[in-house]
Amino acid sequence: MSAGNAQIADITPQIVSEHGLSADEYERILEILGREPNITELGIFSVMWSEHCSYKSSRVWLKNFPTTGPQVICGPGENAGIVDIGDGQAAVFKMESHNHPSYIEPYQGAATGVGGIMRDVFTMGARPVANLNALRFGSPDHEKTRHLVSGVVAGIGGYGNCIGVPTIGGEVNFDPCYNGNILVNAMCVGLVDKDRIFYAAASGVGNPVVYVGSKTGRDGIHGATMASAEFDDDSEEKRPTVQVGDPFTEKLLLEACLELMAEDAIIGIQDMGAAGLTSSSVEMGDKGGVGFELDLDHVPCREEAMTAYEMMLSESQERMLMVLRPGHEDQATEIFEKWGLDIAVVGHTTDTGRLVVKHGSNLMADIPIGALANDGPVYNRPWTPTEPQAMIAPEDVPAPLSYADTLSAMMASPDLCSRRWIWEQYDHMVMGDTVMRPGGDAGVVRVHGSNKGLAITTDVTPRYCFADPVEGGKQAVAEAWRNLTAVGAEPLAITDCMNFGSPERPEIMGQFAGCVDGMSQACLALDFPVVSGNVSFYNENNGQGIHPTPAVGGIGLMSDIDQMATIALKDVGDALILVGDERGHLGQSLYQRDIVGRTEGAPPPVDLASERRNGDFLRALVTQGTAKAVHDCSDGGLYVAIAEMALASNLGADVTIAESSLPRHARLFGEDQGRYVIAVAPDAAASVEQNAADAGITAVRIGVTVEQPVLTVDGADAVRLDDLRNVHEGWLPKFMDGATT
Amino acid sequence: MKSSVIVFPGSNCDRDVAVSLEKSTGTPPSMVWHGEAQVPDCDLIVLPGGFCFGDYLRCGAMATHSPVMKDVVSKAEAGVPVLGICNGFQVLTEAGLLPGVLMRNASLKYICRDVFLRVERNDRVFTGQYRENQVIRIPIAHHDGNYYADDDTLGELEDNDRVAFRYCDAEGDVTPDANPNGSAHNIAGIYNARGNVLGLMPHPERLADVALGGSDGKAMFDGLLEALQ
Repeated sequence: MSAGNAQIADITPQIVSEHGLSADEYERILEILGREPNITELGIFSVMWSEHCSYKSSRVWLKNFPTTGPQVICGPGENAGIVDIGDGQAAVFKMESHNHPSYIEPYQGAATGVGGIMRDVFTMGARPVANLNALRFGSPDHEKTRHLVSGVVAGIGGYGNCIGVPTIGGEVNFDPCYNGNILVNAMCVGLVDKDRIFYAAASGVGNPVVYVGSKTGRDGIHGATMASAEFDDDSEEKRPTVQVGDPFTEKLLLEACLELMAEDAIIGIQDMGAAGLTSSSVEMGDKGGVGFELDLDHVPCREEAMTAYEMMLSESQERMLMVLRPGHEDQATEIFEKWGLDIAVVGHTTDTGRLVVKHGSNLMADIPIGALANDGPVYNRPWTPTEPQAMIAPEDVPAPLSYADTLSAMMASPDLCSRRWIWEQYDHMVMGDTVMRPGGDAGVVRVHGSNKGLAITTDVTPRYCFADPVEGGKQAVAEAWRNLTAVGAEPLAITDCMNFGSPERPEIMGQFAGCVDGMSQACLALDFPVVSGNVSFYNENNGQGIHPTPAVGGIGLMSDIDQMATIALKDVGDALILVGDERGHLGQSLYQRDIVGRTEGAPPPVDLASERRNGDFLRALVTQGTAKAVHDCSDGGLYVAIAEMALASNLGADVTIAESSLPRHARLFGEDQGRYVIAVAPDAAASVEQNAADAGITAVRIGVTVEQPVLTVDGADAVRLDDLRNVHEGWLPKFMDGATT
Repeated sequence: MKSSVIVFPGSNCDRDVAVSLEKSTGTPPSMVWHGEAQVPDCDLIVLPGGFCFGDYLRCGAMATHSPVMKDVVSKAEAGVPVLGICNGFQVLTEAGLLPGVLMRNASLKYICRDVFLRVERNDRVFTGQYRENQVIRIPIAHHDGNYYADDDTLGELEDNDRVAFRYCDAEGDVTPDANPNGSAHNIAGIYNARGNVLGLMPHPERLADVALGGSDGKAMFDGLLEALQ
């Protein structure tokens, strides 16, 4: 029999185009096969060569990322990245986008994003120990924003809470550029013993290919293709391509997989994520240099009369594909049946290097695996660098009429208000190791059974990246490094989630190239390599791209959680010290955008050498116990940083910033990089300043903590913390209740 | 002291409570799969938090049909102390070991945060290391913790001092504002008539370790050891 004799549909140019393949790409398929593909084969090519799976527009740039270091066990290219955390253990982590599904169906889109990223982690043998999420929504006054926030948050909680992995942090921005294309980036971190790591490489000939987990349905067919196209007003008609999550089944799958992984039964394992059975077979076959023969008659199906095309392209959730050592089928069956899950031998490995798919008595596909995985198109797309914007002198940005009122307004603004309404809907304590809950600079989980800690953060400032992709890219990595440093952790590595507009537009590719350049510079300077990541292009709505949003997920190691620093002020009379140089940079600051109402100008530059110097100095102060409270200065600048430290403690602060050539508002609201505010005992302040000076680091006393819960600057502008807390905590719940827009 | 933790498909606080039990009692509990016919002989049975069977039908409803529950019920009726935390409390109400039902939170949202509880009595095996009317701080983490029972049942619970914990403010005042989920009479936990079965929505095992931000939950496990060893 020959491939396609059961499928008589002619492949017309229209069908090719509906599969998101260009005429050139189709020509290449004809060349590879030496004949016309049938519809199943066309579907398989289309998902494997989609932007989502093949990275065809980003690959030429992504290779510039630094990906190595003594701490790196596994870099990009696997399901997740892996770093060494000592004592024979490793951390496995990755962040991934689920933007398009979340816009169409926010609850299920976000939920399945969380489910997918957790599978990427436990498919490598790791038990997930923490989830985070980086969310970007449209303007608060856009008609869909409330609905999207509500659905996404409920979806993330609904999945993570049920499976029992704490959601310990993340970030949220609101900006009109996301009105028609929100971003939902989910990150998961897991723990594994170094000698029990599993990879997605098959090997051997005649070894059983085993399907486990949920049954296959018609959901999510062409999800990877959807993620590789722009949105328009008809996008909501794509709802049937959004998958539906079942966290209970994923919990069972997690436990069953980890139980089987403790045995010596698995050769290779890969979750069925985007492009389902197709990509899991192709990736395992390609990595191991073997062929796969699948018999779809054995695939557990949820619906009747599913075709080969549908089974190969379904993105039904909570499924895994494994290659077992021969003779271990019964052991695997016993474990999966105990957990009430389907398990079926659906094929075997071959020495042909081909993906052969049979259904009934028919041959439905016969394609060289190497061609699917590696011979897809790679585009070096035209790109134009982003025009640099002028630096804005602090004097050119007007000062506020009232500092106290301005602080209150900023603390109650959508981008700076408390996120409590969100994280109280996430179980952030399950597993009993969350030693730093949400609301600090980073989330921290204890490494179970030890006194070590993993600090985790997600960061990017999209408005900086839009104004200057290179500096914005640097800043995203530097801020992640800074947040880990601020809690006292040694930063180890990052994962990235590159959210951009259409790569077919040169200015978008210019943003991409610039961000990769900036991020790479920072990764090198900070010894903070990229070990995993994901690219999401086509984040556009009606031709309008989002701000470039390369979300960075960073993890760091703490050797002793008792040394961890928090942002809360501790004792009355402590000295407040600002570590890092003041430049009064107001361009692209939240003050300039939200108070003055201007969005032009260059973002704050990142000096990577001083970033490193300041951070290493700061971390030593934390681990020595000298710094009693630490907070980095980021969005909103120094004034907001001190206010957040005071709110976290209910101790007041008298800030004094009298002597300077810089305007007062630039000092208070400027978003200069590489800075931290610390609180130290009064008798330690002089030596901290001296040690900093010896190391060539600027560290100046800027105030003192006081018992009265009031924040003052230079003896004036008193703000009562109770009032500040009310507006800071109030905005998001009121907005979600429909009280504000 | 020997304890057993029942593990249902979808339980996810089984390890957390096992850690707390081992820390307080010095002995790791037996982890008992829901499909077992028998709970081993022990001094305490714990039904942990989580989402057993995904909470898909109704929280805790499916678990009552697990084979192990027959023995849990008969041991409870024979006087073995049984502690149901969060999802475990829901299972106990579905199994008929405790009255009432846990409805969806009044806010309709999942809530994870520390709450204050007033310890209503300290003469049960679970509360020996608390003072009567002591205010403790431990977290809740649930979507369905809104305790409801008809007036007769509530009257019986009140008249017989079967309310174990009530949501309160930091000063111990039982107020509507301190009620996180809409529970009748601010009820956070109740006993059966005999006093050997306790169900509560808050998680004592989550604040039984100062590294996690508090240890008010530890006294429950310490008290169990003292009472049952």
